[in-house]
Amino acid sequence: MNLSFLILIPLLTLIGIMLVNGKTARVVAFVGSLLQLGLAIFLLFAYMHERGAGNVSSVLFEETHPWFSQWNINYHIGVDGISIAMILLTSVVLVGGVLVSWKMEYQSKEFFFLLVLLATGAFGFFISLDLFTQFFFFELAVVPKYLLISIWGSGKKEYAAMKLVLMLMGGSSLVLISILGVYYYSAVGGVGTFDLKKLGTIGFSHEIQMFLFPMMFVGFGVLSALFPFHTWAPDGHSSAPTAASMFLAGISMKLGGYGCLRVAMVLFPEAAHAYSPYIIILACIGILYGALVTVKQRDIKMMNAYSSVSHCGFVLLGMAMLTKTAIVGAVLQMVSHGVMTALFFAVIGMMYERTHTRMGDQMGGLLKVMPFIGTVFIIAGLTSLGLPGFSGFVAEMTVFVGSFQVQDLFHRSATIIATMSLVVTAVYILRAVGISLWGPIKNKEFELLPDATWNEKLASIILIASIILIGSMPFWISDLIAKTTETLFSAVIK
Amino acid sequence: MSLLNYISMMRFEVFALGIIVLLLLVKIFSEKLNTSFILGFINVALVGLLVAGFIGHPHGNIFGRMFLNDGTIMLEKQIITFATLLIFLQANFWLKKQENCLEFCLLLFSVLIGMYFLVSSGNFLMFYLGLEMATIPLAALAAFDFGRMRSAEGAGKMILSSAFSSAILLFGLSLIYGTTGSLDFNEVRDAYSSSALQLFTLAFVFVGFAFKISIVPFHLWTADVYEGSPVAVTSFLSVVSKGASLFIFMTVLYRVFPMAQETWVHILVLLSAITMTIGNLFAMRQTNIKRFLAFSSITQAGYILIGVAATSSLSMASVIYFILIYTFSNICAFTVVSIISDRNGKEDIDDYKGLYKTNPLLSIAMMLAVFSLAGIPPTAGFFGKLFLLTSGASSGLIALIIIASLNMIVSLYYYLKIVKAMFVDKNESPIEKISIDISAKTVLIICFVGILAVGFISFVFEYIHSLSFGL
Repeated sequence: MNLSFLILIPLLTLIGIMLVNGKTARVVAFVGSLLQLGLAIFLLFAYMHERGAGNVSSVLFEETHPWFSQWNINYHIGVDGISIAMILLTSVVLVGGVLVSWKMEYQSKEFFFLLVLLATGAFGFFISLDLFTQFFFFELAVVPKYLLISIWGSGKKEYAAMKLVLMLMGGSSLVLISILGVYYYSAVGGVGTFDLKKLGTIGFSHEIQMFLFPMMFVGFGVLSALFPFHTWAPDGHSSAPTAASMFLAGISMKLGGYGCLRVAMVLFPEAAHAYSPYIIILACIGILYGALVTVKQRDIKMMNAYSSVSHCGFVLLGMAMLTKTAIVGAVLQMVSHGVMTALFFAVIGMMYERTHTRMGDQMGGLLKVMPFIGTVFIIAGLTSLGLPGFSGFVAEMTVFVGSFQVQDLFHRSATIIATMSLVVTAVYILRAVGISLWGPIKNKEFELLPDATWNEKLASIILIASIILIGSMPFWISDLIAKTTETLFSAVIK
Repeated sequence: MSLLNYISMMRFEVFALGIIVLLLLVKIFSEKLNTSFILGFINVALVGLLVAGFIGHPHGNIFGRMFLNDGTIMLEKQIITFATLLIFLQANFWLKKQENCLEFCLLLFSVLIGMYFLVSSGNFLMFYLGLEMATIPLAALAAFDFGRMRSAEGAGKMILSSAFSSAILLFGLSLIYGTTGSLDFNEVRDAYSSSALQLFTLAFVFVGFAFKISIVPFHLWTADVYEGSPVAVTSFLSVVSKGASLFIFMTVLYRVFPMAQETWVHILVLLSAITMTIGNLFAMRQTNIKRFLAFSSITQAGYILIGVAATSSLSMASVIYFILIYTFSNICAFTVVSIISDRNGKEDIDDYKGLYKTNPLLSIAMMLAVFSLAGIPPTAGFFGKLFLLTSGASSGLIALIIIASLNMIVSLYYYLKIVKAMFVDKNESPIEKISIDISAKTVLIICFVGILAVGFISFVFEYIHSLSFGL
């Protein structure tokens, strides 16, 4: 199968959106994203088929074209289990995002254009095997967020948008420096290389690894809300329009996680070992701090924004534990959190559109007026707190089991501290569900509110289906990830 | 060597001279000038010149190595010509209204000849001649808005600072002649021994150049001159003048002072870091769009110096490539500025608020230009900037690269402020809908294509690289 289609379809969608006018843009975006979802599912089956047929090479469907041969820059793409999981996640969230924004009135054409542009960046990022190309797509997935948030956002949107973009660009410039460092140190006489596969075999010296790894990890870590660089996340998520929040928390934060795992840890295994205790400490702080701050939030969108910080901490914790199970858990958590948070933001957006408030305590009794939206909210909440049967349980459980395999005091206590956040999660989720959905209807005007429309229903169903698909049948996806993890991280795993 | 060979070697110079003579004759003999005809003629002539540059590859030197020509020099001249063509197209609307349109063209072509000689020089005498020929008419051009005090003020500042820098440069050149006994590039290179006095000369030459390229701390004239001059002249200053000076700066360093490489690489690294940082810090606080672009161009010069300091053939290619891309992005930005300032004289960033509602095409053009300057993908600026950084990385200038990448975050802040003004901010009385004249539209389309395509098409970089050389 030709992987370039994964970039081509969004590109054609972009051109299509540019050509049509006004309302038709959403149809083009929808068709494009559905096609992309179809392609992603097809890719999954093609991948499993190849693997079933006994193809053991680490990366499948590889494609290399020289681009700037003077610099040794190639258009080099390919997929492994981890990137396929990410591609599936991205396409599901994209479809959901387009559907949720169906009723967008204000400059809808530009809105869909930017949304699909972001997705193009994400798809390109997940399939690139050349650091230069990857960095290109990485930045492509950052700057459109500024416009999305500052034009269509709410609250103190301009401040949030600027803060988000500057912090993410700060991260990306750290990544850039480390990429250039990799390029410099990989030169064996003449030009260096950006090729991830070749770089994986070079084996940098200990000093170089210790110098470059922190920059790259922190650079990508900013995106996945590594404490103390998480401050863009709550502001950005809560100010963004619904689809952009879904995309930000669902996919952009995963760009960071994927970069930390798939690039930084693969290139610098020794440094990953050396720095892993620090990452664990930061991740634990992020998990607990995020959870505790969430308890204080009255604004439910803000609540989910902070809880994203906490949940993404599990991703970092899982990778830093350096066991196979924990790394698989980290990837699972990326996928699970991506879908779950997208669903959460979507349903919060639906509630806000109807009640015009985001304060949980001003709602109340909403389950009676809009049963569908209420149920979706409950499902998202239960996934978030890790109820068995939903994806959150599978992911978090795998992370914990993997972490517990490391038997010294430090790792044990870190695991225990991290698990404590589950209780806190239960507190804020159940309370939010309680005040906003149950009880008497506080505001008389709310009694007439309509339930979800077809597009909102469809978006919710697609996202819930993915959650249940992972939650009740986790083996297909964890197998997919586990095999890749074994080959990729053989140097890292304890 | 036959006459034909001379003409082929000096085709740009002869062509430009021909146009000047022709314009003079027109001025003398015709009573009433048809400005649109003259401008049309000039545009066609420039396109012809551009095409003529691609025919054959004259390589060699004439007038006893006074005048050099090779692939890189031809390429740079083509970039200059191309940029001038774009500027003529951009200024078409404004020029047609000018009484002294012909004088403007005459002066601009004199500058152009100066630039051509400057780029081609193989001897410091020719170099100085070209530099002065390019500078003095430019100061006259800066004063072209007779009605505005600021224009005259800018021109005054420019002529004073140019004269000052020329004097310093000339002092350095005289020391070079004193210590090496020659002004020829090759002979100076061979006689250069890095004695204390000769290092001293290097410092003077450096300062002279630093003024022209507006490197910090010799940048103070830039903002005032950019703000005062007519937009067409400002874009010429920031694109053509800066590009040509940077190019000759690089070649002089590579051709004449390879012996002192260690010294000037250190100086360049330091100047580059200071230039981009100071440029950035000042750009943040500007409210006038022309001043803003002036400081942004200072920052860009700082980035370019990374490539100059890296001294490989790849880095030289990156510098020329960046200059080409910078030409597209800056001219695109200035075209928007010129269209708006022509119609209603608005030049403040605040005036751009809400522009997208009324003039979507102009806003998108400005956004693309600004993103390309900031180095955001998918614009060509991303590639230009990354190649400069990569060339720096290949030469091991890690500290400089770290400073440059941090500066890119800062610069994104103020570039986004422009985007925010146009797309996000509300304005009760935004600039009303402007009908863009056909020639300005052509420029915008060319720049669109340039900004979006030049990065992806690796052929452009390959072509430039095939002509470059390093130390």
